Amino acid sequence: MEDNLVLEGLEVVYHKPDTLTEAPFHYCPGCGHGVAHRLIMEVVEEMGIEEQTIGIAPVGCSVFAYHYMKIDMQEAAHGRACAVATGVKRLLPEKYVFTYQGDGDLAAIGTAETIHTVNRGENLAIFFINNAIYGMTGGQMAPTSLCHQVTSTSPYGREEKAMGFPLKMTELVAHLPGAYYVTRQAVHTPNAVRKCKKAIRNAFEYQKENKGTCFVEIVSNCPSGWRLTPLDSQKWLEENMLPMYKLGDIKLPGKD
Amino acid sequence: MTKEPLKPREVKLMKGNEALAEAAIRAGMDAYFGYPITPQSEVLEYLTIEVPKRSGLVLQAESEVAAINMIYGASGAGGRVMTSSSSPGISLMQEGLSYIASAELPCLVVNVNRGGPGLGTIQPSQGDYFQSTKGGGHGDYRLIVLAPASVQEMADFVFDGFVLAEKYRGPVLILADGALGQMMEKVDLKAEGSLPKTVPSWATRGRSKDRDPNIITSLFIQPEKMEQINMRLQAKYKIIAEKEVRYEEYHTDDADYILVAYGLSARIVRKTVDLAREKGIKAGLLRPQTLFPFPSVRIAELAKHAKAFLDVEMNAGQMVEDVRLAVNGKTEVFFKGRMGGIIPSPEEILEELERIDEKIVAYQE
Amino acid sequence: MIKGTVKIATELCKGCELCIAACPQDCLTLTNNINLKGYKFVELKNDTCTGCTNCALVCPDAVFTVYRQPKASLKKAV
Repeated sequence: MEDNLVLEGLEVVYHKPDTLTEAPFHYCPGCGHGVAHRLIMEVVEEMGIEEQTIGIAPVGCSVFAYHYMKIDMQEAAHGRACAVATGVKRLLPEKYVFTYQGDGDLAAIGTAETIHTVNRGENLAIFFINNAIYGMTGGQMAPTSLCHQVTSTSPYGREEKAMGFPLKMTELVAHLPGAYYVTRQAVHTPNAVRKCKKAIRNAFEYQKENKGTCFVEIVSNCPSGWRLTPLDSQKWLEENMLPMYKLGDIKLPGKD
Repeated sequence: MTKEPLKPREVKLMKGNEALAEAAIRAGMDAYFGYPITPQSEVLEYLTIEVPKRSGLVLQAESEVAAINMIYGASGAGGRVMTSSSSPGISLMQEGLSYIASAELPCLVVNVNRGGPGLGTIQPSQGDYFQSTKGGGHGDYRLIVLAPASVQEMADFVFDGFVLAEKYRGPVLILADGALGQMMEKVDLKAEGSLPKTVPSWATRGRSKDRDPNIITSLFIQPEKMEQINMRLQAKYKIIAEKEVRYEEYHTDDADYILVAYGLSARIVRKTVDLAREKGIKAGLLRPQTLFPFPSVRIAELAKHAKAFLDVEMNAGQMVEDVRLAVNGKTEVFFKGRMGGIIPSPEEILEELERIDEKIVAYQE
Repeated sequence: MIKGTVKIATELCKGCELCIAACPQDCLTLTNNINLKGYKFVELKNDTCTGCTNCALVCPDAVFTVYRQPKASLKKAV
């Protein structure tokens, strides 16, 4: 009753997309995965393509993405999402196919599959969530961890001489002729979320053109892995992640 | 490229690898993903020539690891799919095969076995018996393993392999070897398009609004659920063991000595059986055509009357363990093997048989 | 002032407070109550909400449904 009184004369301007299931996300409080999941499924809903979309979940925190996304999905072995997606897309070229992968999955164990999938210009979308850490296994160093970043396997900080440099996969794949659209986005502010959603929309729309791989990196946070509160993690992201992983389009269709 | 009409039944002279590839097209294969490796590269080469003119799709992957995961994806999307490789490449595919077995995805995998371990040799071997028949990757699972012994069976088992894979929703392995892949023989090829195909209801092809999402996964994090999945797999393997055992016998009716061999070894042992019979030794051959399921029941029957078994393999003695399990102490089981890509001769197997015969006769006297 | 409001699925809220920081009207607050998952959850603390959707955009758990006065009725009011 009270609700109705308050809401009288008002229209819904935002609601959780029907393409997400009722299941509550298992992610830690403040984790960007939930936003990224939601944005992808908002785009799928708005384009009306839930019957034509197949998603590939990775190994990592988002291994259970198929619990939340109300579409047909496959769960790939660690790092193999791009190969699995290739198999699906080659068999069903008229369908929309995307992978959803973290930095450990895509940029460490799955580096070869990622590069070759983009190099073949597979006509699919790759959503790459970069939070510079292995969240699922408890906060170990990732290939994208920053120099001097303290993790559970770089307890004295990532020393680049011994542990390598932060790997910029997005710049790397942008060099490949098979890449059609490459961009880096974030989900830490309302504006960043708006831009990110537009990028995700582009990645789906471009599949209609059949011109190559769309690669969307989403710089995200890991409050638990970073040992920070959600609010502090967003601040840390802005001060430390974004100088290394600059936001914006890296490769646009028709431009090199 | 303009498509050629469907091929009728034909008799041809072909290499084993090529006959297998041709059979795959004729069996309505939707997709092949593979990576070159000796001695099976002709499969990929043949398909890259023929598939564009015929049907399906072929893709050279960046690795065997990628190939088997493309198989996972395409099979999950409802395709009739195949990959092929040789021993080191098959080792790389084991992770994917474990996932495929758990997610219950039908597919056909071909191992043209070469000598190992390690990079090994490119010569024929049967060193991958354990890997093929005991699962191969992590976890409790099996592959149905078909063991051809001729170019004809290289072709026929492709059809049988797809049928079994789809019937039991799981991976089927054709375990050949370098010699079978490379040898040329006459082969009677089935007509193209003769194998019926249906789109499975569980495939991920886009969720229609009248159903829940289809999920292909091998992750069942609750132990109770994981145990249920395991029990379902084991129940399936039990049915397979009861219904799908295949073997061929040669002169076993009155045999004192049962030689057990599969694939290329069985061709050689067949000759040994003839040579032995010329010398008055009553030998017979049991050739498993399925290595999983294994013809244990038939071997147990033969063990009631045989004086001894001689298991012959091109390895250090792998199938012999399954023969011993089946014989279960009822009689002696001997082993003769060559390793590292060496093929035994019928004569050296005969010598082994004669030694066994002398020992048994002396013991009986 | 544009009139808006939000409905909050409090059982899904994990109290991360990202929405509170994103709200330009300062109309959200963390309650001292605890939901079934054991988290403090957010609620509206006043009626200054404009229905800008910022809270919903940054919310990792999709707890918000946002309502706003339709544009047509806005014009009428002016």
